[in-house]
Amino acid sequence: MTCVQKPSSIVKKAVMGLTGLVLFGFIVGHLIGNLLIYAGPEALNGYALTLRHLGELLWVARIVLLAAVGAHILTAMSLVRENRRARPTPYQFQDTIQTTYAARTMAVSGLVVLAYIIYHLLHFTFRVTNPHLSHLTDANGHHDVYRMVVFSFQNPWICASYIFALTLLCMHLNHGLASAAQSLGANNQKWEPRFKKAGCIISLIIYLGYISIPIAIYTGIIKAVPGGHL
Amino acid sequence: MTLDPKVPDGPLAEKWDKHRFQMKLINPANKRKYKIIIVGTGLAGASAGASLAELGYEVESFCYQDSPRRAHSIAAQGGINAAKNYPNDGDSIWRLFYDTVKGGDFRAREANVYRLAQVSNAIIDQCVAQGVPFAREYSGYLDNRSFGGAQVSRTFYARGQTGQQLLLGAYQAFSRQIGLGKVKMYPRTEMLDLVVVDGHAKGIVVRDMVTGQIRTHSADAVVLATGGYGNAFYLSTNAKGCNVTAAYRAYKKGAFFANPCYTQIHPTCIPVSGDYQSKLTLMSESLRNDGRIWVSKKKGDKRPPAQIPEEERDYYLERKYPSFGNLAPRDISSRSAKEVCDEGHGVGESGLGVYLDFADAIKRLGENAIREKYGNLFHMYEKITGENPYQMPMRIYPAVHYTMGGLWVDYNLMSNLPGLFVAGEANFSDHGANRLGASALMQGLADGYFVLPYTIGDYLSKVKPGSAKTDMPEFQDAKEEIVAKTKRLLGVKGKKTVDEFHRELGHVLWGYCGMARDEEGLKKALVRIPEIREEFWKNVCVLGSNEELNQSLEKAGRVADFLEFGELLCLDALERRESCGGHFRVEHQTEEGEAKRDDRKFCHVAAWEYKGPNASPERHKEELKYENVTLATRSYK
Amino acid sequence: MNLTLKVWRQKHKEDQGLMVTYEAKDINSHMSFLEMLDVVNEDLIKKGEEPIAFDHDCREGICGACSLMINGVPHGSEKGITACQLHMRHFKDGDVIYIEPWRARAFPVIKDLIVDRSAFDRIIQSGGFVSATTGGVPDANAIPIAKPDSDSAMDAAACIGCGACVAACPNASAMLFVGAKVSQLALLPQGKIEREQRVLNMVRTMDEENFGNCTNHFECEAACPKEISVQYIAQMNREYLRAAAKQ
Repeated sequence: MTCVQKPSSIVKKAVMGLTGLVLFGFIVGHLIGNLLIYAGPEALNGYALTLRHLGELLWVARIVLLAAVGAHILTAMSLVRENRRARPTPYQFQDTIQTTYAARTMAVSGLVVLAYIIYHLLHFTFRVTNPHLSHLTDANGHHDVYRMVVFSFQNPWICASYIFALTLLCMHLNHGLASAAQSLGANNQKWEPRFKKAGCIISLIIYLGYISIPIAIYTGIIKAVPGGHL
Repeated sequence: MTLDPKVPDGPLAEKWDKHRFQMKLINPANKRKYKIIIVGTGLAGASAGASLAELGYEVESFCYQDSPRRAHSIAAQGGINAAKNYPNDGDSIWRLFYDTVKGGDFRAREANVYRLAQVSNAIIDQCVAQGVPFAREYSGYLDNRSFGGAQVSRTFYARGQTGQQLLLGAYQAFSRQIGLGKVKMYPRTEMLDLVVVDGHAKGIVVRDMVTGQIRTHSADAVVLATGGYGNAFYLSTNAKGCNVTAAYRAYKKGAFFANPCYTQIHPTCIPVSGDYQSKLTLMSESLRNDGRIWVSKKKGDKRPPAQIPEEERDYYLERKYPSFGNLAPRDISSRSAKEVCDEGHGVGESGLGVYLDFADAIKRLGENAIREKYGNLFHMYEKITGENPYQMPMRIYPAVHYTMGGLWVDYNLMSNLPGLFVAGEANFSDHGANRLGASALMQGLADGYFVLPYTIGDYLSKVKPGSAKTDMPEFQDAKEEIVAKTKRLLGVKGKKTVDEFHRELGHVLWGYCGMARDEEGLKKALVRIPEIREEFWKNVCVLGSNEELNQSLEKAGRVADFLEFGELLCLDALERRESCGGHFRVEHQTEEGEAKRDDRKFCHVAAWEYKGPNASPERHKEELKYENVTLATRSYK
Repeated sequence: MNLTLKVWRQKHKEDQGLMVTYEAKDINSHMSFLEMLDVVNEDLIKKGEEPIAFDHDCREGICGACSLMINGVPHGSEKGITACQLHMRHFKDGDVIYIEPWRARAFPVIKDLIVDRSAFDRIIQSGGFVSATTGGVPDANAIPIAKPDSDSAMDAAACIGCGACVAACPNASAMLFVGAKVSQLALLPQGKIEREQRVLNMVRTMDEENFGNCTNHFECEAACPKEISVQYIAQMNREYLRAAAKQ
């Protein structure tokens, strides 16, 4: 394959699109899992336990995700570098016609999301940022994900930082979803506006789904002990 | 001196076949030893370049634009004719031939025109094979439309961008040869002189328009495909860069210039709006298929068109030429527009315009059908004038568009200078005194794809390859002459800009040698033009230096040649004491105001020979022999 | 009307270049943008200053020579036209207009507002054709082509090669130009035979010419004077991925 030595611009676009879609798949799955918080501690903690017992499959998923993240970031870096080089002298007066804020800030939103993912992993997966909240166990002696989440989001700073990062993630998705269709060649005259709209709606749904959790916790709709007090 | 057109004998329909058989061939392995210079990359130049390189010749190509794709053939809108007879409406090679000869008012060489009609079908095949997206029917087969001067639908088109699509087809074939290394392309390079060695054209002098370097190139044959000279009039539908320099320099080196007075004024252009105007925009003649041309019957009527009731409108083309109506040939339509405007019926602020009205067609076919056919033309009109032609009629007026005259060539498209071939609009060959719509594209591609590749081979088979070298004195002399001329232009340091001189020349030519010409006016022009020229060389202001990209210098060189050429144009118009096609002499008209030919005295090509800076050029004649058609008065009534 | 122009002036390729301010006085609203520049140039010449160099030729929107960035938008902000078709009626008295050349590494400035776009020619030379040599082709009606395909090919073929897509793209990418030609020829049966080699070669040349990458801003489509759709970029992507996978 010609793209083995030096990937062509179109192969790079395709890599961005494909890895982006893999990550999008993860984001959707992750959201569905997260939403179990509304079903109470048993549901969420049980789900966490199931995940842990997946064993090898979990590792496969992790490796795929990690590879996707790695390829997504490396390709993006190469794209940004090449694109900067492609216009060494900027315009004195620059205007745009139909590009969006989301499209123009993909690199920035991507970087913020990356920083956020690292923090998020340290927070909930490696449990190093808030150890006093994240090593609790539930009645069955399993890791109490539910209370970890609830206690975390009762903190306004954590809450705000999550909402901020999610805003950028969904902007990133908004441009990324429609772009993936274009870059992978699925677009045509008829579908172009549909993909655009779909990208917008899907990313909005995901956004609302994710931020509903910290908001619900912070406003007390979800409580540490369901039905009880704080 | 007799001009031998070298028309092969035998029946008309067999001449070309027979001639192709009689021409000498060059062994495929030897072709690469021959180098051919092609100047210009329009339809004729690009198609010739691609075809010759495919055959194996080494080709060097030059154009003044930044890319060969931008040659002005690209601006042709309407279409290309061919005798395919796909619509089954009675077309044939013979009919296309006859229409073209008649359209040219019986001033073209029969054999050339017949060959043009013969190869027309192969052009369409070639273009389709290259991926030219011609308009198609829902069946998937090619669509045709009708054009001025014909009663059959034989015009193939690609929306309103036919010239562009044909040129891109040729450009792509040509680019393939550049990519293969068979063609060496020099863009942004202008030819400034022809080099003649022992009577044979062997090279050119060029200026690199980026660095200013003036250098010479040698070859075994030179092809000029450098377009027409319409820009002599300053305002025309030609691109700003179009010029006569290459052809005029060849003329000064001994090539004969034929019929310079045959200029075509296109009837459907957007009227002039002010002094600052830099060029005129053509609206395709195809619009006349569905548009109706009219003016108010009342003189000086300033009412908006919608308020002029039907019975007060004069559809003058339909009235005067009931059988062709709005599709009367270009020269006739243009002159009729001038007449009604001169009588005071003109529309618009300047009074120099007539209406082209689509209201009936929109009523009959619906706005969408009209949009599909002419959408981009309507769009263009609206952008320029700010008026919506779906709601109010277009305003149009004639403008200089095409020049039928050009360097004299024989049947092989070779000028009287051996080794100098001339193709496309730059030669005088096929259109006589008036070109029919959609025939220019046909001729350019016929010359390049299907005539030159044969006839150049025949010439080259008789010469030794690589005999001319750029270190020969002829090359050095020609180069030095150009260097000196450039220095002179830069050295005048006067007060007037090049454009001011060009506009002045344009006014004189349009006024005295435009749609209607008479002896008195032409004589005035012949006094006035040398005056302007003299002042030019005393008072022109060209800033900057030669050793840089210098657009004023480029223009100055071109205008200097126009200022000499304009005189030749008027002289030819003066000497042709008859009216024919685009050349209308007021003294020679019928009682109804139609052009009146004088076949007894003027059924010939006038070919002018340069005799030096202080002598009048000599007028040679090539008698036109009509063996297959009878000379008739053109009638489109 | 009177206008203030801020124009990029650069003597030659190596020159640094800078923005220079000019006053354009008594501009008629019927003038085209280039005619306005003609008037300014005539004034400059009379004052003994070198006129502003800019590419232009047909002045009717089809040759693709004119290449002006007008207030940050290629060919100005009116839709579907080139700079030569832009009329001064779209400006008002007192406006300040920035005029700059196309900016891209692949389009180096030669002088003032003139850039070198020969990279486009080299892309076409590497594959933007059907290898049909002159003669020896079938009758034009031998292969019917479905009207929607032929219409779509024509939409793509409308490209005038002006480079506005590159100028407008935040990444100076040439994907719309290349996509239009790849798609036009891939849509037609005559071009299908070479479609794979064509797209691979053209994209390789495009990359070698240092154009940027497409990140789907679609500014190219918005700036294109012939309003060529970005669907042709998607089609090129499809063509390329298919061809690359086959190789």
